[in-house]
Amino acid sequence: MMDVAGEKNIDVAYVAHLARLRLSEEETAVFQKQLEGIVGYVNKVREIDTTGVEPTAHGRSVQNVFREDMAREGLTTEEVLRNAPAQRDGLFVVPKIVE
Amino acid sequence: MKYIASIGLEVHVQLKTDSKMFCSCRTSFGDKPNANICPVCLGYPGTMPTMNEKAICYTVMTGLMTGSSISNYSKFDRKSYFYPDMPKNYQISQYDMPLCVGGSVEIESDAGARSVALCRIHLEEDVAKNLHFANHSGVDFNRAGTPLMEVVTEPDMVSPDEALAFLLALKQILQYVGASDCNLEEGNLRCDVNCSVRPEGTETLGTKSEIKNLNTFKGVHDALAYEIVRQVEALQNGERIVQDTRRWDVDAGATFQMRSKEAAHDYRYFPEPDLMPVVLLQEQIDTWKKGLPELPGARRKRFVAQYGLPEYDARVLAGDREVADLFEQAASFNTDYKSVSNWIMTELLRHLSETGKTVASLPLTPKALADLVALVGGGKVTSTSAKEILGELMAHGGDPATIMQARGLVQVNDSDELSMFVNEAVADNPKSVEDYRKGKKAAIQFLVGQVMKQSRGKANPQIVAQLVRERIDAH
Ligand SMILES: [Zn+2]
Repeated sequence: MMDVAGEKNIDVAYVAHLARLRLSEEETAVFQKQLEGIVGYVNKVREIDTTGVEPTAHGRSVQNVFREDMAREGLTTEEVLRNAPAQRDGLFVVPKIVE
Repeated sequence: MKYIASIGLEVHVQLKTDSKMFCSCRTSFGDKPNANICPVCLGYPGTMPTMNEKAICYTVMTGLMTGSSISNYSKFDRKSYFYPDMPKNYQISQYDMPLCVGGSVEIESDAGARSVALCRIHLEEDVAKNLHFANHSGVDFNRAGTPLMEVVTEPDMVSPDEALAFLLALKQILQYVGASDCNLEEGNLRCDVNCSVRPEGTETLGTKSEIKNLNTFKGVHDALAYEIVRQVEALQNGERIVQDTRRWDVDAGATFQMRSKEAAHDYRYFPEPDLMPVVLLQEQIDTWKKGLPELPGARRKRFVAQYGLPEYDARVLAGDREVADLFEQAASFNTDYKSVSNWIMTELLRHLSETGKTVASLPLTPKALADLVALVGGGKVTSTSAKEILGELMAHGGDPATIMQARGLVQVNDSDELSMFVNEAVADNPKSVEDYRKGKKAAIQFLVGQVMKQSRGKANPQIVAQLVRERIDAH
């Protein structure tokens, strides 16, 4: 599905790369078609006339939800490392990071 | 051809809060790895961040100090990227609606005083710390989620010296606000710098390179000095500058291109749906504004006007909020302002720089300092002895007059008592006496010095000098 300008609504291969997903060509084609449909559908909201409407990031008009600066105990190191695939000296072990 | 450099800084400041930005974990430094963490700062699914009000307040206060405009409406966004230091695979930051916009910082370098324009100040969360082993890396999440304020300048500085002056001025502001400890060893301040050069007389900025993660002021200065030369030489050799990200290697004294993390920096920012926007009413901003301390520059001017201090003294004292407070409190007990200033600027500041201590950590009270200066001024104690008393006050506190009595440091003004030392000094040093008689006036200083030594620093030097002169002239 193409939008009015004839441009693709979404580039699945690019999005997959950004999300570190390895998709086969077939999968890319399937998702391209499906996501085009979804994005195209959502694009319908663009047809609404929003002149004079302030953009908002939230549906509710709640603001300034603050927490007082008070420290509390979190998890113990043992609890935290329980799910670690590998650990060493209290650290999560990950593949070597090259900078 | 002459080239002009354009330098911009992004300074990441760890704020001095007790708890993290979006969870209640402690922010302490130097704990065992992974001791201060919870499901929120580990990015577990289903957890919800909540904003630390203190961090918002510190950021706004800093913005007020730099004359930035405080946004009435700001929000947080997700910055997506994959890296082991970021368990959620996004960092909560501020994209298009930061807390503070614009502003400037006054700097002073050898090139003179000027103001450096700010682009913005926003708030985000710090990331975890990576440690590297031979075949793998380790991640410590204690730092993850620490409130990190990012101060972004325009590419407004022209030399490494100006960049350094900016950092010093910013540090001064942060310490005045109390927003950060600015402890560089603990990584409280970390800089990314960008730098480009262009031929003199042209307007368009050259292609810039970015140097990441500098954690000392000297590193910023040296990396920029190297980078400017590198770029100018490249252009002179007819090469083209490629926009890149580099790192500073202290040992090599050079910058090197880094492997790029992401081919295209597409962070796909979008509003953080788990956090509500921050709406600051003028009323709230005004309340914070009222609690704002006097800027170092304004205080310096006031010190000159109110206490009649020389510009130099005023600058040194006002440069550090704690030192300036100590001076003002001591000055409320002793109106010999210049002497109070002298004692702070010489003995006290030297002690601080030698021991690495801060004024707040000293047991010395402003009243004790004022009293000590009065004892010297009133001729009760020599400055040599006063130095000893001040040493004791800085080490253990106490009352200067009591210490003076207890240690027998009361100045000897009595001529008879001093004559004995004078006679001795004159008899033991015929050469100096001879020199003095021949017109070498400086020789008297040596004789006075001998008397001071004999009296263990307690003799009144003016009286001694007079006695020595009388003694020699009489024979
Ligand atoms: Zn936490």
